[in-house]
Amino acid sequence: MATAEPATAKGGFRAWLNKRLPVDEFMESQLLGYFAPKNFNVWYFFGSLALLVFVIQIVTGIFLTMNYKPGELTAFDSVEYIMREVEWGWLIRYMHAIGASMFFIVVYLHMYRALLYGSYKAPRELLWLFGMCIYLALMAEAFFGYVLPWGNMSFWGAQVIVNLFGTIPGIGPGLVEWIRGDYGIADSTLNRFFALHVSALPLALLLLIALHLVALRQTGSNNPDGIEIKARLGANGKPLDGIPFHPYYTLKDVVGVGVFLIAFAIVVFFVPDFGGLFLEKPNFEPANPLSTPTHIAPVWYFTPFYAILRAVPDQRLGALLMGLAVIAFVFLPWLDRSPVKSTRYRGWIWKLALAVFTVSFLALMYLGLMPAEGRYVTLARIFTIAYFAFFVLMPFYTRIDPVKAVPERVTYHA
Amino acid sequence: MTDIAVTDEQEIDQSRRRFLTAATVATGAVGTVFAITPFIKSWNPSERARALGAPTEVDVTKIEPGQMVIATWRKQAIYIVHRTPEMVASLPKNDAQLKDPTSADSVQPVYATNEMRSVKPDYLVLIGICTHLGCLPKQHFERGDASLGADWPGGFFCPCHGSKFDMAGRVFAGSPASVNLSIPPYEFRGDTVVIGVDPQKGVA
Amino acid sequence: MRKLAIIMAALALGAPAAFAAEGGGAAAWQQWHAGNELGDRASLQRGARNFMNYCVGCHSLKYVRYQRVGEDLGIATDIMKANLVPSGAKITDYVLTAMPASLANASFGIVPPDLSLITRSKGSDYVYQFLKTFYLDPKATTGTNNLALPGTAMPHVLSDLQGLQRAVFGKDGRFEKFETDVAGQESAAEYDSFVRDTVNFLEYAGEPAKLHRATIGVWVVLYLLLFTAIAWLLKQEYWKDVH
Repeated sequence: MATAEPATAKGGFRAWLNKRLPVDEFMESQLLGYFAPKNFNVWYFFGSLALLVFVIQIVTGIFLTMNYKPGELTAFDSVEYIMREVEWGWLIRYMHAIGASMFFIVVYLHMYRALLYGSYKAPRELLWLFGMCIYLALMAEAFFGYVLPWGNMSFWGAQVIVNLFGTIPGIGPGLVEWIRGDYGIADSTLNRFFALHVSALPLALLLLIALHLVALRQTGSNNPDGIEIKARLGANGKPLDGIPFHPYYTLKDVVGVGVFLIAFAIVVFFVPDFGGLFLEKPNFEPANPLSTPTHIAPVWYFTPFYAILRAVPDQRLGALLMGLAVIAFVFLPWLDRSPVKSTRYRGWIWKLALAVFTVSFLALMYLGLMPAEGRYVTLARIFTIAYFAFFVLMPFYTRIDPVKAVPERVTYHA
Repeated sequence: MTDIAVTDEQEIDQSRRRFLTAATVATGAVGTVFAITPFIKSWNPSERARALGAPTEVDVTKIEPGQMVIATWRKQAIYIVHRTPEMVASLPKNDAQLKDPTSADSVQPVYATNEMRSVKPDYLVLIGICTHLGCLPKQHFERGDASLGADWPGGFFCPCHGSKFDMAGRVFAGSPASVNLSIPPYEFRGDTVVIGVDPQKGVA
Repeated sequence: MRKLAIIMAALALGAPAAFAAEGGGAAAWQQWHAGNELGDRASLQRGARNFMNYCVGCHSLKYVRYQRVGEDLGIATDIMKANLVPSGAKITDYVLTAMPASLANASFGIVPPDLSLITRSKGSDYVYQFLKTFYLDPKATTGTNNLALPGTAMPHVLSDLQGLQRAVFGKDGRFEKFETDVAGQESAAEYDSFVRDTVNFLEYAGEPAKLHRATIGVWVVLYLLLFTAIAWLLKQEYWKDVH
């Protein structure tokens, strides 16, 4: 490679270092020599932003751990101690709590981007599967984290979610007791959730994110046109429609980071509760096993699936469908039979299906926050059917969808 | 040939690029410093720690002459003794038997560096930690205390290693301790002694 | 298509419609807003005084220290000690109630809740409504009942100030209006600001950082705008290469 020469020619520390650690080689292969499609649009910011939020969560989480005390008698008090008595503790705590919601906003948009442009399709199935594993680990991580402040919503949220495992035939009741380590949600439950939240799941996430990135580097990024840029190489062996990741996308991502941080700061400093969506009111009351909050709902990022759970009048089927609703995304690479990746070149049938799915997901998200009564339940049932129809019927409608011709080169206007 | 015109040096304003790069890096560095500050400051003593280390107030009118109360300040025992006129009067007589009669080598605020080692002669305020190895000296205020012999002038006796101190916390020759008991910063506000406040410098 | 439109409309209107159904009349007490202002330091100081005079006998603020209240609200230490810190308590102590839990249990059947987080768990408006909607009820053991918290075990401790009011209910059992039974020491407007100050103090107590959080936020956002603008210029400069 061209860069290897000047590095050794320079001699000195850099050459010494490169003999022992492939710094320049890494820079070359991952940044300067890694060519990404030049036609990324705004949807392509969310991958790097997800990584940023992950780092924010790790750093703020480490500092929270320094003052948080797991245990049913100490947890709630220690959170208030952080909020009031630790210098800047409130900022660190808000960043972490709101960071959780931000993580899901960014990840949902990142996943939606894959839906829009068919990023899960061959050859990126494994990339998509690693992404799904990250999503599942993130859900577990968020759930365990939500229990830690030991407010009344933490307690009852844990109660409801853990009891879902009780619907598994045969082993259910025993499993629930094993997860809790007690006859109810208790000190032992809180402590094991704490251990998983601060060590096991972050490590798992770190590994999965690494695999996700390695898989991405192997296949290269998809783009809004859904065209494989590696198919057309220039004289230098690099894709004609590609540009070096550094400096072009690193600088673009820095702008994205700036915009994201503005939004993040506005929430943290001006509306940290976000109207009860990010920090729920009942969670400012300590856990009370004798009093269920009158209106119990999970945090907004779980509500689409929660709405599905409540829409089904059968306990076991409801839990099953809720699980399937999450898992359904895993099968997308094989359900989607369209010859075209990007929605830009797909036909009206796909566009309609995607629109129905989008509306259903958002509607279920809203309905999951509402009480489970009357028309809310009816609506939740309609949208549950629409949600699953999107997946179940996909092999059929993607095959008959009237697709357009995909151009040979990506669309880019300077 | 890619679509990147990197070879066309004419079109690139290198000085503008260098300036904007420097501006971005500099602004980012300033922001990073500001972002790190709260995390570093979160390691400072919290309000709880500071509250627990706050000055301790003791109403001295409730201490009978010849009696002692023990208060705590920053996790240390603080002895407050209401000395009788006889105790005060007898102090100069001990000088010959003391290791550091003028407290030249001992720790006390300047305003308590005097014969009585106190702000008010009637009240002795000490950190009740033996300067030898940190035990709590016991009060043996009786002259000729049975356990300490007929010539015992009254004072403190450390049970751990036998250090002896007089009614001003000054160490007697022959004790393992080499300096007098320390005196914390304190001041009187009317009948209340406030431990942990320096009259000149404020809260210690 | 029409069905879809109906569903969308139902979604869009769902929340406000549900609200209106619960609400009742235009001036209904459920719509009362505390209207307190955390930036109003004098109001916060009055609120602290109100709390120490009327509330702390039964309710604690177990996460709040007297000293912090003094520092945050600009009350001098001497004044704090003379007027707000009970004798026997240190200024660095938490605001605890003198009432033992056992006595509270014997008197009221429950232990009065700690109010450190009441405005965060229930909202400032709720506390404001609660303190203003006590009414005479011969069936209640305390002699009064409350619209915001029906069957509350708390007696109307502010009746000296507000006086006592009767609640007039319509035939359908819905609340219509209050009528004064016994006048209090304060006019309606005075009592209103008394409650508002107290709620203001409780909102501060719920989140002391709230006093300066937004001010810091303005600077953070301004900085980020500057940084993003410079980074954007840099990005634009480099992207000139891409055609």
